[in-house]
Amino acid sequence: MAYPQPHPRLSILSTSSQSSTDHFPPSSTRFSLPTPQSRSNASRPNIYDRNLNKTRIAEVSSAAFAFLFSELVQYTQKRVSGINDLERRLNTLGYRVGVRVLELMVWRAESSSKVPKREIRLLPTLMSIHTQVWKTVFGKPADAIEKSVENADEYMIIDNDPPLERHISVPRDMSQLSCSSFTAGIVEAVLDGLGFPARVTAHNTPTAQHPSRTTILIKLEKSVLDREELLK
Amino acid sequence: MAIYGLWVINKAGGLVYQRNFAEGLAQLSSNEYLVLAGTLHGIHAITSRLSPTGASSGAHVIEGETFKITILLTATGTKFVLLTSPAETSSEFILQRVYDAYADAVMKNPFHTLEMPIRSEGFDMRITTLIGTGQTS
Repeated sequence: MAYPQPHPRLSILSTSSQSSTDHFPPSSTRFSLPTPQSRSNASRPNIYDRNLNKTRIAEVSSAAFAFLFSELVQYTQKRVSGINDLERRLNTLGYRVGVRVLELMVWRAESSSKVPKREIRLLPTLMSIHTQVWKTVFGKPADAIEKSVENADEYMIIDNDPPLERHISVPRDMSQLSCSSFTAGIVEAVLDGLGFPARVTAHNTPTAQHPSRTTILIKLEKSVLDREELLK
Repeated sequence: MAIYGLWVINKAGGLVYQRNFAEGLAQLSSNEYLVLAGTLHGIHAITSRLSPTGASSGAHVIEGETFKITILLTATGTKFVLLTSPAETSSEFILQRVYDAYADAVMKNPFHTLEMPIRSEGFDMRITTLIGTGQTS
């Protein structure tokens, strides 16, 4: 069976920012399919059959998540050479989460609405990432959203105390590393899914008051800005 | 009342964390600290088998005229040891809080290797705030 090739924009797998001109083979690592369950427990319904709204307000143990994320970073670290590679892998893993976050979020917000809509303008999209996505994933909105003064295509979402990094102390020799690359992957997937292709990276920007302050840098593709211009 | 020092000993008897807080302890080299920790590990193993009435969790407090050693043994075999003046009353409480900090800042940190010396800024920071408040109360 031949499926149409997905959009060749695989920014995180390429090192250049002009990823739309590169033609990398589509990566299967960005998406994963649920493995079929060999034996479903008769007493409990299959997790895929569960009502999606049931877990809307359910919360996950932050300790359990911290251990899971810690293992995830350790697993990734064993398979990479260098910090850039590690950040890219974390981004890829986040991307796979983000794809699902977007679908679930939109489904929950719009399925009950009589006039379902979707975001097509850039600023409302960024605002909804800052508030809705952050609330869905972390249980609190991000702390700030800024537009770069130097580059028109860059936006920044700032979290003063990312819950993801609360228990992580990065060793000195890896001080460049930001484990929020995972968050960047989530943001990238949400933007991608809404039709705003972008390169998203995470950077440590500590202040005296907030030592783990992190900036998620969004660099939009030119086509997005061109379209935004037309929509004005 | 004073807190002199904190040790963390892994389940094999190796010293993975050592920090002094107040003047009053003899100056020791890191090698001597390792030997002391290993000795305490051995003593603790002996005391845990001394009980005439079945299993025991070993020594909790070792007290001298000028010092007190309080030991917290966790379910996984890690020992937290607090060296204090004999009058210190909050040792157990502080050790529990150190255990909390250890669980959060060390065990959940992907850059920590099990049973290896603890080098985590987060843990250092938590201990600084903890022992700081421990002394004023």
